[in-house]
Amino acid sequence: MRRRLGAIILKEFVQLARDPRTLAMALLMPVIQLLLFGYAITTQVEHLPTIVFDQSQTQESRRLLERFVHSRLFDIRARAASAQEIERAIDRGAMRVGIVIPPDYAAAVQAGRTALVQVIVDASDPLVASSALSTARAIGQSASLEIIARRLGRAGLARQALPLDVRTRAWYNPDMRSVNFMVPGLLATILSLLTLMLTAIAIVRERELGTLEQLVATPIRKAELMLGKILPYAVLGYVDITLALLIGAYWFKVPIRGSLALLYTLTLVFYLATLGQGILVSTVSRTQRQAMQGAFFIFLPTILLSGFMFPREGMPVVIQWIGYALPLTYFLVIVRGIILKGVGVAELIGQIIPLAILGLAFFTTSVIRFQKRLE
Amino acid sequence: MSSSGAAVRAERLTKRFGDFVAVDAIDLVIARGEIFGFLGPNGAGKTTTIRMLCGLILPTAGRIEVLGLDPSRQGEAVRQRIGYMSQRSSLYDDLTVVEVLDFYGRIYGLPDEERRRKVAGWIARAGLVGQERRLVGTLSGGWRQRLALGCAILHRPELLLLDEPTAGTDPVQRREFWELIYRFADEGTTVLVTTHYMDEAEHCGRLAFIHGGRIIACDTPGAIKQQAGLPTLEEVFVALIGAREDADA
Repeated sequence: MRRRLGAIILKEFVQLARDPRTLAMALLMPVIQLLLFGYAITTQVEHLPTIVFDQSQTQESRRLLERFVHSRLFDIRARAASAQEIERAIDRGAMRVGIVIPPDYAAAVQAGRTALVQVIVDASDPLVASSALSTARAIGQSASLEIIARRLGRAGLARQALPLDVRTRAWYNPDMRSVNFMVPGLLATILSLLTLMLTAIAIVRERELGTLEQLVATPIRKAELMLGKILPYAVLGYVDITLALLIGAYWFKVPIRGSLALLYTLTLVFYLATLGQGILVSTVSRTQRQAMQGAFFIFLPTILLSGFMFPREGMPVVIQWIGYALPLTYFLVIVRGIILKGVGVAELIGQIIPLAILGLAFFTTSVIRFQKRLE
Repeated sequence: MSSSGAAVRAERLTKRFGDFVAVDAIDLVIARGEIFGFLGPNGAGKTTTIRMLCGLILPTAGRIEVLGLDPSRQGEAVRQRIGYMSQRSSLYDDLTVVEVLDFYGRIYGLPDEERRRKVAGWIARAGLVGQERRLVGTLSGGWRQRLALGCAILHRPELLLLDEPTAGTDPVQRREFWELIYRFADEGTTVLVTTHYMDEAEHCGRLAFIHGGRIIACDTPGAIKQQAGLPTLEEVFVALIGAREDADA
């Protein structure tokens, strides 16, 4: 048993060492993707190009515009001479936001009438639009408060404290760095892709080359063949997670608050599931191309529905159910929990149990489905 | 070990792929120590039959006994005692000669010391000395074949199944290959070999002509020629197939 298993593992490692392309994919891909996406994928919205049609051209209107600039969300890039010009600029995509200040703005503010300021937002991207809209509203409200306070002062009334003060606290990631959130998620996602794809291809490649026929004609047992195919990629997966953690900690300065030993242990449970998925794909694929397609068929919903990209809370219930069948859904919470919150088994047990069940289910199915036959 | 003492015994062995009948109710008995040839055109059912004997695919109907065991149920036990060389003699191109031999030696469970001795022995016997560290993918056809044969015989199988082992090699390499096969037969190994080279068929103790999934003649090369009254196997083969196609039409 040990001799045959060792033979497969040894062979896989020798082949891996002689296959620079696969090795590069396995070792460089996580590094490059983490560096690339660590920068690219950000949920922070800043510096939206903004065009202004200031018909008032007064100290009051300029003070209001300064508030917009100070929020860092709006970058005033152009001045418009008409409302149509704003429309054209947003249509072209040159500007994302248009601000229209009416000619009687200063007069209205001084006279105590309501001044109408219009903020137009390109809402094609709802994420960007919602933060632009809420920031614009907040700016309007705080500017109004300031104007009211000034009017009260002029009327000879003493300044009053605000009746309500909401204090907010951002836990776990007080600076709201989106990289802190993205890097652990990316790490889990990249591991998921690699282990799934490498195992899916590992068996199909032998089928395609004809070496599988020679191999199944030997007394090697099914479990030995499968384990021998899986273990090298699990080891490679651990090299990858270590690389990814090093980049996260030293390059992106993501604080690692929890226990690495726990993270590495739970990674094994996660591998059980993704490697099982990979073997499953390889049992239904005849060619490497089919295996790649199969891997992507699993991987796309994994990225979109697991909570890696979009919060699952906002998804319809049916879609959330699909998420429950994806190992990454649980592993994401585990990775983010351990890295960002420093939580332990007690807090994560609600993720560990379903992940272990999924892992066992995928693995058992793949063992049953995998036949030492050519049919 | 087997009650019949035969190395291979098949009764009404049939394999269908959908509507296509690849192997059509063949009966076959191969005695121990025999060199038995399967002769027939591509698609005749030779490879399918060999794969069923190894337990790589399951028969649709009929019975098989290989070394007294049922390959579809006792697959691992059968495979420990047979050596199989598949048609494409597919080896790992990115391993070296020694690595491939070592790999199969381990897969067949040979103890380290014995494995090293046998690998070295085969390298000497097959004329692979000096090629030990070469990648398999860079070897020429003849060397690849002898290497593939080595992988199949390191564990001293009782039955050797060779599926078109000499396809794509020149006559000199074929002759060298057959000398190796005779040696195994002399040592008591049963050999089942498929081919479509007529000169090779002459080397076999007994022959089965396979066509359209059926055995259309089965005897020693001499008896087959005598029965048909023709001087060469090739002529017998052409006549037999012609007769069948006329009957089918």
